[in-house]
Amino acid sequence: MAEIVIDAVRKAFGPVVALESVSLRVADGEFLALLGPSGCGKTTLLRIIAGLETQTSGRVLIGGQDVSALPPRKRGLAMVFQNYAVFPHMTVAENVGFGLRMSGADKAHIARQVAQVAALLQIEPYLQRYPGQLSGGQRQRVAVARALAIEPAVLLMDEPLSNLDALLRLEMRAELKGVLQAAGTTTVYVTHDQTEAMGLADRIAVLHAGRIVQIDRPTDIYRNPATRFVGSFVGSPPMNFLTLPVANGHVELGSLRLASPTNAATVVMGVRGEDLEITAPGTGFPFAVRVVEPMGSHTLLTGSVTGQMIRVVAPSDSRPAPGDVLHVRPLQGHVSWMDAATGAALETKNR
Amino acid sequence: MRNTRLAPYLLIAPSLLFLAVLFLVPLVQTVALAFQADGPGGAAWSTANFARMAGDLNFADAIINTFEIVVIVVPLQLCLALGMAMMLRHVQRGRDIVLWIWSIPLGISDLAAGLVWLAILTDQGYLNTVLNWLGVVKGPQSWLSYETPIALLAAIVVAEAWRATAIVLVILVAGVQLVPKEYGEAADVFGATPWQRFTKIMLPLLKPSIQTALILRTVLAFEMFAIVLSLGGRNFPVLVSEAFTWQYANQNFGVAAAYAVVVMVISLAATLVYLLALRTPPEQR
Ligand SMILES: Nc1ncnc2c1ncn2[C@@H]1O[C@H](COP(=O)(O)OP(=O)(O)OP(=O)(O)O)[C@@H](O)[C@H]1O
Ligand SMILES: [Mg+2]
Repeated sequence: MAEIVIDAVRKAFGPVVALESVSLRVADGEFLALLGPSGCGKTTLLRIIAGLETQTSGRVLIGGQDVSALPPRKRGLAMVFQNYAVFPHMTVAENVGFGLRMSGADKAHIARQVAQVAALLQIEPYLQRYPGQLSGGQRQRVAVARALAIEPAVLLMDEPLSNLDALLRLEMRAELKGVLQAAGTTTVYVTHDQTEAMGLADRIAVLHAGRIVQIDRPTDIYRNPATRFVGSFVGSPPMNFLTLPVANGHVELGSLRLASPTNAATVVMGVRGEDLEITAPGTGFPFAVRVVEPMGSHTLLTGSVTGQMIRVVAPSDSRPAPGDVLHVRPLQGHVSWMDAATGAALETKNR
Repeated sequence: MRNTRLAPYLLIAPSLLFLAVLFLVPLVQTVALAFQADGPGGAAWSTANFARMAGDLNFADAIINTFEIVVIVVPLQLCLALGMAMMLRHVQRGRDIVLWIWSIPLGISDLAAGLVWLAILTDQGYLNTVLNWLGVVKGPQSWLSYETPIALLAAIVVAEAWRATAIVLVILVAGVQLVPKEYGEAADVFGATPWQRFTKIMLPLLKPSIQTALILRTVLAFEMFAIVLSLGGRNFPVLVSEAFTWQYANQNFGVAAAYAVVVMVISLAATLVYLLALRTPPEQR
């Protein structure tokens, strides 16, 4: 059992508050992605779990045991560092086998393990080389291999695939997911790539300015963002937001009349580009196309509605010209509402 | 293309010229002096100076004493400096002040250092005063005579360690600062104990600095002179003090030059050994 519990952890570097009271529970064997923009505290949180950084307050429990006072080596975990930290004076094979050597495993076992993870990460040709003779992406895979080799109960990964080309990243992502699932490894995976988080994780924790703003299954994060920030950070293109006036508990947009969950003067309507369908005039709202980007699988249209910019994901065969005015409407039940002042999602009855 | 290949050599040419004039010429002269002796028909090439040197009563002692000191002092200084550099890593505030205090002895000339330790260790010195007061010894006790060779050697080792460990420390501290802390952290995460982190990560990554420090310290230790002379006088001959004696007391420049050549050959050999033994292949940097 290697459940991770992070209990009200706060971290300040002098005057800089990197984490403000983060609480989080990662179930045994769960794959959790920590998603957030640069500088939001992802690495800091990971380093606190690993014991490389001491939290200003709060507790970290691994497998039910409070490890707050334990040094990293006694926490029984492995980590992939954001800047790899592969040892320059050891060959790739020695690097990958390092953790096992430290735990006193026998030579045959180490050799077997090294060969196995090297095959998985496609670094077999480089086993006898030194890290200085590898490319950034190869070095990064050595760092991942070193962590996988010890078959840890808890694995912490800090953007482990950031330096790979798109194809290799896709391949490694699938391999990682398969291996970690089979081994039942509790994984915390830091990334700022939202597609990676969506594809890999059982749950995603979205971190923003040192706080967890939402923690949910990938589809829920995508469909029902808890804040305007989550909606704009997760998904590509980001969610569209329209600030609309509320009158008599309703908002009016073109020929649409939608019930507003609030009686405040204005409300923010959030809708994803692919949840907008092109419709006949008189059934939606007018959308003035400005830019047309054919993407292959779809066509991305950028334009404006009541002076506010939105993006619409249209079928690949639809090719309006810039300047055209289309009529679009949101799919039933795919509209989110946010408080115009705080950006927090508002509860709606029909969801 | 041609120009850029020549440029580095042109740029180091002045320093080479400088060395050639001020170092190579005296060096050649010294070597020539060592290998010449007055024969019936004026000066002639010979190894007579070396024969005379080797035949001298003090020669064996000088060799043994010199090596004894080097073999004790250099490793001792390396260990001390490594320990100090590692401790210094964990000092957050006042780190620079600690380093500054530790390097004060560097600013003291070796003769002055020898005299400081003489004042401490002589018959009526501070050490005896304290020992008397504590009741450990009665009356003046001699530490630096030929009757107490171990105490004399210990005194020289302590004085030399006190005086010159800081140079090793400064070199190592500079090296430690170049080792990213992530390596130690990664080792920690993967189960290395503090001692393992030191031996498996820090030491290998510090190898270039250790090499520099060892070369510098060993060469200087073979040339040690003023401290030995002030503490041991003629009771503790070393190679350079013998060269000094032959040069000025005996007025025999040939034998003095022979000693100088011996010191130089030993230093060059030691440097070569360090260069080979502590080599860091470029791919491991
Ligand atoms: N040692 C430190 N001293 C002071 N401030 C720090 C320190 N380490 C991190 N910070 C600050 O804490 C905040 C969070 O940093 P962190 O490295 O956790 O970001 P991150 O989410 O990992 O970003 P990225 O995606 O760019 O890696 C940043 O504002 C950073 O400047
Ligand atoms: Mg980071």
